[in-house]
Formats: sequence, C-alpha cells, structure tokens
Amino acid sequence: MIYSLAVKSLRNRKFSAALTVLSISLSVMLLLGVERIRSESRESFTATISGTDLVVGARSSPVHLLLYSVFRIGNPTNNVRWDSYRAIADRPEVAWTIPLSLGDSHRGYRVVGTDHNYFEHFRFARSRALDFAQGREFEEEHDTVLGSEVARKLGYRIGDDIVIAHGAGQVSFMLHEELPFRVAGILAPTGTPVDRTVHVPLEGLDAVHAEVSSEGIHDPLMAALRGAPETETEHPGEEHEDVHGHEHYGASEGDEGGHTISAFLIGLKSRAAALGMQRFVNQYAGEPMTAILPGATLQEVWEIVGAAEKTLFAVSALVVVVGLAGMLVALLTSLSERRREMAILRSVGARPMHVFSLILGEAAFLTGLGVAIGVAGLYAGLLIGQSWIEARLGLFITIGWPSAYELQLMCVVAVAGVLIGLIPAWRIYRYSLADGMTVRI
Amino acid sequence: MTSIAESVSPESNVAGAGENVVSLADVRFAWNAGSAIVIDIHRLDISRGERVFVRGPSGSGKSTLLSLLGGMVTPQNGMVRVLGQNLAALGGVGRDRFRADHIGFIFQMFNLIPYLSVVENVVLPCGFSQRREKRAAKEAGSVEAEALRLLTHLDMAAPDILERRVTDLSVGQQQRVAAARALIGAPELVIADEPTSALDADRRLAFIKLLFQECEREQATLAFVSHDAGLAPLFDRAIELTAMKRTNSADKPEPESR
Repeated sequence: MIYSLAVKSLRNRKFSAALTVLSISLSVMLLLGVERIRSESRESFTATISGTDLVVGARSSPVHLLLYSVFRIGNPTNNVRWDSYRAIADRPEVAWTIPLSLGDSHRGYRVVGTDHNYFEHFRFARSRALDFAQGREFEEEHDTVLGSEVARKLGYRIGDDIVIAHGAGQVSFMLHEELPFRVAGILAPTGTPVDRTVHVPLEGLDAVHAEVSSEGIHDPLMAALRGAPETETEHPGEEHEDVHGHEHYGASEGDEGGHTISAFLIGLKSRAAALGMQRFVNQYAGEPMTAILPGATLQEVWEIVGAAEKTLFAVSALVVVVGLAGMLVALLTSLSERRREMAILRSVGARPMHVFSLILGEAAFLTGLGVAIGVAGLYAGLLIGQSWIEARLGLFITIGWPSAYELQLMCVVAVAGVLIGLIPAWRIYRYSLADGMTVRI
Repeated sequence: MTSIAESVSPESNVAGAGENVVSLADVRFAWNAGSAIVIDIHRLDISRGERVFVRGPSGSGKSTLLSLLGGMVTPQNGMVRVLGQNLAALGGVGRDRFRADHIGFIFQMFNLIPYLSVVENVVLPCGFSQRREKRAAKEAGSVEAEALRLLTHLDMAAPDILERRVTDLSVGQQQRVAAARALIGAPELVIADEPTSALDADRRLAFIKLLFQECEREQATLAFVSHDAGLAPLFDRAIELTAMKRTNSADKPEPESR
C-alpha cells in the first residue's frame, strides 16, 4: 500500500522528481566517470613500461629521465656516450639493453632511433610484447616501424616513404628530405606512447644526420636567421637547443668515437641485481649518468599527478553532495503541502511509521534511480565517447563491469541518499504526530 | 450512566443497539504540560446510530475533541471509550489500527489525495484495515465495487466524474467522495470535521441529507463538528463545547440541546 502510494505520489510530482533524479544521475555519472578515467589513466600510465629493470640516461632528475625516455615527454638535456652504454650493456648481469635516441620527429610524432632489441625485449602492460599489425621490424637502414596511431592518423601503409624532421615540434624548419624512410612495419595498438612513435634504426638516424652534417643547412631562411654558418652540426631552429639529443651518434656499435644516445633500457638476468646495477651506473666514473627503477619513478610521477586527480575527485564528490542536497530541498519544500496528505493518511489508519517510510522510501527510490540512470548514462557516454577519448587523450577506456571501488562509490551515494531522506522523513513523522488529523494549511 | 466493559477487543466490541458508541468520562486534555486545558468534559455519551452535532467557536477544542475520539491523542485525565474500548489502553499502534477499523473521517477541505483517482481515494481505508476491506468486499464483491456502490448512492458514479482528476471536482463533489471514503467498510463511527463549511447553503443541506442517509444505511454513528449553529436542528442532538467546559468545572451533568 505504502509502496503504491509512494509511486503514485512521485508520478504526481514527476517533473520535480525527474529533476531530482537528473541531478543525482548527472552527479553520479561525473563521479564515476572521473573515477573511471582516473583508474584507466593510472592503469595506462603504469602499463607504459613493463619488464624493464633500469632506465639509464645522462645525469638528470629521475622523473625527467622517465618522462623523456618512456613517455616521450620533454627532451634529454644531455646524452650518454656510446662507449659508456657499451660498458654497461656488456656487463654480465645485463640480459638485454634497448638504446634510445631521441630528438627528431615526423609531423608531430616523436622519432626514436633504436635497434632490434626494442621489438624483442620491450614489454608493456604486464609483460606484453609488441605485436606487428602489418609488416615486420626494420631490416634496412632506412626502414621504419610506425606506432599504430601514427599509421592510422597519417594514413600510412607498408611501403610508404616518410621524411623525418629535426626537433620535436609539429613544424620544423629542417627536414631530412634527402633520406626518406620506408614503412616496413606497423605495430598493433598498445595504449602506450609506443602508438605515437616512429621507430627507425640507429644506423638510419645516424646516416640522416651524417648527410646533414656533410651538406650543411638547406634552408636559406634559417641560415639568414642564424647569420652564420653552422660549424660542427647543422641543426638550426629554436628546437635545436632543446632536442639535440642525437647529433653525435655513431653508426656502428663498435664505434666509440664520440657518438651518443639519449637513454637506454636495461633488462637484468636477475631482478635482485637491480639496486647494485643502479649504484654502479650512478657511480660510473666514465661520465655522470642516472639509473632509475621505472616502477619507483612511475609512482613518484603519479604522486605529482595525484594531487590534481584528488582535486578532481573532490570536486565531483562535491557535485554529488549538491545533487543530494537538491533532493533534500525538493523533499523538504514538498513537506508543507504534503502535511494535509499525511493527515488524511493518518485518518484512514496509516501509522506514523507508514508516513515516515513513505518519505524515506521516496528518497531511497529517487537516489536509487539516480544512481542507476547515472551508471547507465556513464556506460552510454563511454560507448559513444570511447574512440574520441582514445583519439584525443590517447586513453583507451575499457568498458567492463563496475570495479569494486565504483560499486563502493555507488553504495556510498545510495546510503547517503537514504540518510538524507531521514531528515524529511523524521520531520513529517513529527508533523504527523503533532498535526494528527487537524492540520489546516 | 452506561456501564461498558473495560477491555473489549476491537473485533468484538461493536456496541449493540442503544449502547454507547462514544463515552467520555472526566476527560481533561492540554496540548502541553502547564498549558491551558483545551478539553474538560465531565461526561459525554453518544449512542449507536445517533447523529450528534458538536458546536463551538474557533479555539473551543472541537478539533481536539475529534483527535481524542480518533485516538490521535490521549487525555491526561479521564477515559475515552469508543465502542467500549478504552483508547488509552491500546497504545499508539493499537489506536491507529482501531481507527482504521472502526472510524471514518471527513474533513473540512483538501479531503482527497490529489494523485489518486476517485475510486482509489474511496478505497484508501481498506488498504490500512483488513476488517474494512473484508466488509467492503463482502458487501459488493470487491472493494472497488463497494466504492462504486457508495459513489452511486452519493450520485458520483457517472463515468465523466470517475475519470476526472479529483482536483478537478467541485468542492461539493469532493466532499461526497470523502463521505464515500468515510463510509466504506461500514465503520461504526463517522467523524465529520466541518465538512460543509466550504459549501453554499443549498449544497450544505443536500450534503447533510446524503450523509444522514448513508450513515443510516450503514448504521453508522455520526459526530459532526461545526461552528455553524444553524445546522444544529437537523441533528438528533447538539452539544455546545464551551458550555460543557463551564458546567463541567462545577461538576454538573453535561448540557445538551435538541
């Protein structure tokens, strides 16, 4: 009886009830959406690199080293000499190494010079290896392997030629047009910065720069701007100073004559050797270097990001509070007009507890419906926006069942709604005792 | 003075013909401790089938008296018996159940639940009282059929009326729906709290006649509260609340007028 009355009463006030449900559902959608993006971001962030025991670069802050070597964010301020790299790579504890040479780009996507170890040993997302969607890894000096997003966005296919540019910006004044790279392979999507990377062999990169060094600047405008001819390296432009991470790289592994790389990843035979190896690198006498444990530094970076994430979460939690407060206001303002209704119900035998349950049930129903619609809206939004989020933010949101934490959040909102419903329910309970059947409004 | 057993169960306490349906003895009531006494009645008996008019100016305690009869409140002193049942002895839940089973109410205005249909409003008491539900169903086959039967008697069963929203009914029509609701399931006592104050003179008279007819048909006792003294001659008996108070203070028998 009370249930039927509550439903009919709500139907009678469907406009205000719908607004209340809407505000709760939007706030729940926001809260869960923020939480979903936060957890997916974290998942995606920590999945960027896996199975690598150490990341080594020139002496710099660990966060900076991680960002430029793994996330392709920022640029190395200094380089590692090839002989230092070999000295460490040849140590008996080391199982494999992946050299990385940064500094060039292709239409806004970073170019990474590396070798076949990259495709053999690089792991992401709990030890997943890189897969090829098409083609193969590079074999020739001027082969290139594209990340999935690069190929998709720029429409490249196997056999296409691409020209890399010096610097990491969208626009470069200097193109290495003389020696284009041919697309040999396209990687399957990883959801990591690998998707946005153009991979070329170190030798090919070196050949390009050797060509540039021998021919000098091709851009007369840049030459005029600089006002003087380049001497040793011929990489002009503003980006030059920031990204000049590869200019002295040597073509052959045996070459120890002043060639450099930007950083390298190390896989050890035994993970237990990681700290000893880190100490060795950090104290390496040949040149100052920094070795980091990627997991620890990832945590450090996430803590920096975490402050913003917590603020975002707090804001969305406040939106939920506002949504529930809206329901409280709607219920409280309806109480005065409903006192007569309650008096009628009391006169026909409804007990104060019935009246209490009617209002509390209404609050619980509105909250429950709001949460349900919020969750449905979130999933609909994710379905519609999944590809957009992936395209714009590089974040692939998996659409699965709510996580335990999300279920907890839903329960917290539902319980908060019921607790808030206690306020008007208690008031109407008191009214119904005090008014009896004589209220005149 | 009529003697009625103290503890009679609600199911077996229907007073026989000539017995008192309502019996108040030395009842004193104030809303709060230390505040003015609103009700001070030495003796008031209403017998079965009687139609009693309770009169008094605003603030004289008419509505409080109805709350006492309905068991919404209990007096600080004295005893209120309805159908032989001492209401104070029942406890809150028991009084609510007793009210649902045995008493029908008609209010002054805003009598109906706006979001329920005419029939839903009429059958409302059956949702809270199995006894009335059974009696209504026994009478006409189902509670809805009984509601329609009562509405037909009150000239409210035309399809266009039944389909209308209750808020679109005239005040007179709303009062007739309220009367059907008060009478469904044949409660022994019908309490009407100024039900005609919003009606014009013609409709007032017509409504009272209809109410009398239906109470008689259902053998219900009627306690009708109003400040309109002009209605008093229509009833079997009229009680002046203010006069009762004054005389009660001198411990005299209750004043009555016919």
